[in-house]
Amino acid sequence: MIRRHGWTLGLVGILLVLLVVTRIIQPTYGAAGVQGLAVSVLPLAFAAVAQAIAVIARGIDLSVGSMMALTSVISASLMEDRSEGFAVLVVIGVLLIGCVLGAVNGSLIVVTRVPDIVVTLAMLFVWAGCALLVLGTPGGGSAEWLRSLTGGSILNAWIPKAALLLLVIVAAIWIPIRRSRLGLSLYAIGSDPLAAYRSGVSVARTKIFAYTLTGLFSAFAGLTLTATTGIGTPVPGPYTLLSVAAVVLGGVSLAGGRGGVFGPIVAVVILSLLRTDMTFLNVNTNLATVAQGLILVGVVMVGSLLQLRKREP
Amino acid sequence: MTDTATTTDSRPRWLTTTGLRALFRERPIIPLIGLLAVLVVVSELIRPGIVNLNWGGVMVRAAVPLAILAGCQTMTMLTGGIDLSVGAVASMSGFVVATLVGGPGLATGILVALAVAAIVGLISGIGVGIFRVHPLIMTLGMSLVVLGFANVWQIQMVQTGSGVPDQFRDLGAGIFLGFVPRSLLLFLPLAILIILGLNRTGYGRLLYAIGDNPIASRLSGARSWQVLIVLYVISAVLAGVAGFLYSGLTNVASVTLADTAVLPSVAAAVIGGTSIMGGRGGYGGTMIGALILTVISSILSSLGYPEAVRQILFGALIIFVAAAYTRVTET
Repeated sequence: MIRRHGWTLGLVGILLVLLVVTRIIQPTYGAAGVQGLAVSVLPLAFAAVAQAIAVIARGIDLSVGSMMALTSVISASLMEDRSEGFAVLVVIGVLLIGCVLGAVNGSLIVVTRVPDIVVTLAMLFVWAGCALLVLGTPGGGSAEWLRSLTGGSILNAWIPKAALLLLVIVAAIWIPIRRSRLGLSLYAIGSDPLAAYRSGVSVARTKIFAYTLTGLFSAFAGLTLTATTGIGTPVPGPYTLLSVAAVVLGGVSLAGGRGGVFGPIVAVVILSLLRTDMTFLNVNTNLATVAQGLILVGVVMVGSLLQLRKREP
Repeated sequence: MTDTATTTDSRPRWLTTTGLRALFRERPIIPLIGLLAVLVVVSELIRPGIVNLNWGGVMVRAAVPLAILAGCQTMTMLTGGIDLSVGAVASMSGFVVATLVGGPGLATGILVALAVAAIVGLISGIGVGIFRVHPLIMTLGMSLVVLGFANVWQIQMVQTGSGVPDQFRDLGAGIFLGFVPRSLLLFLPLAILIILGLNRTGYGRLLYAIGDNPIASRLSGARSWQVLIVLYVISAVLAGVAGFLYSGLTNVASVTLADTAVLPSVAAAVIGGTSIMGGRGGYGGTMIGALILTVISSILSSLGYPEAVRQILFGALIIFVAAAYTRVTET
């Protein structure tokens, strides 16, 4: 148990230390700060989960950011000035659209046999273009209940609704899948597609399934983007890049077949908290970008060094 | 199933499916030139009279910086890598020169910009070559670092920034003999150097070897880490040079100027027949790929289509061409 979840537990430890450090730097940092943190990391956390699933299945999805932009503008433009009830339909519809986007990505990869990275790079253009067609400039609106679902706290001032929402959604979708045959196949095609094929796993179908899940979680990310900002923005943010960073930091091997979705979520919170700390310390925000890049590269370097040492004793 | 066609058919070899496939596989540049010709005809049909030497000059002028960035992608992709930091490096170098030209002068500006680019490439190369970080991650991380530092520099230099130097404007946007873009004076020697370097030197051969089979190339004595470090330095310096042309062409010096060119540069290399898995491709196709993308953009903008449609078409084109290559090279 500890061995298997060692990386994630280590990350949680780092997160706790960081929270203490934050408290020391800024003694006023309290429940409100934690709430703000939870709300601000919500879209990126979903994006990281989406990316993690693609990477576990030995893929990579560079179109996560564009899918988020597309689902965000669709939901924002449909929900503007409409009833609260209609928004429920919009949310369900947008989640379905997310599945379709992901399934299109996966099917194209399987059918064309072009490497994942090229196909999703191309789809990055396509989905971003579609987002611009839906909404030329930032705009639209969000239903009130959706906004209140992510803001504020529940039970206790220290438990932000946003964090609970994230955990409930991810756990409700991911844990059953992971325990099912499909989840096993997902990890199987990630660690060795040939062995998986020979033991009767349909590699093509599993891959499409993995990308569909990636699309679904990208849609969640896009919806929370609309919910937390109140509008839809057609230009993709830096989410694709950061999601890859979070996945790597979160202990998912880029070679596939290893890791889970909770490590990346913790990694997202750590990255965001580091940024907050640097703001408290009056570090230039641009240097914070530099630090993010260095952390990303540094962690991957250490990770691959450890792997190299394991392989060549 | 196509084997029988070649033996029984009396048509010329290149007319048969197998022949066409072989042509596409061995000389991808020929169908690419065909595609380019079709696009030129389409431009002419949409706006009769538009296609002339001036138009050609404008197309080439717009394609040159993209072709240089696509050269970075071609070389890194040959080894199975990719360089996503070219946009940040190109923007940075154009910006650095624009801020330095007023004070220390143009030559110093160029030297500083290229030196910074070389350092960025060196770090990327060390990460990829020695630490075996995935090139995608390494270069993405480096582009964050470069962008961050460029922003810091921008804040420092905001008072002294003096704009794009005249020489760059001349080089990037100037035209001589009526229609020949001046940037060709820089680009042609560069292109010849890249093509000769890839085809005629041991170093070029090593790039193909590493991309084709890293283990075999290591067993036969290639020190891939040295090759990769040099490669990423070359790639970053080329990106820096492209940055000069971009700032000259657009007369803008900004830290995000060339960011939008990163994905088209990958697209140009992929369309030009370079495999992202490494080991196959060349620069000739890439140059045609850059021209094809430029002509498509111009067609779309002359039709009045918004940026969005251009992006969608670019994406679709990349998948289509990549799928076509995968089909012909697998059989």
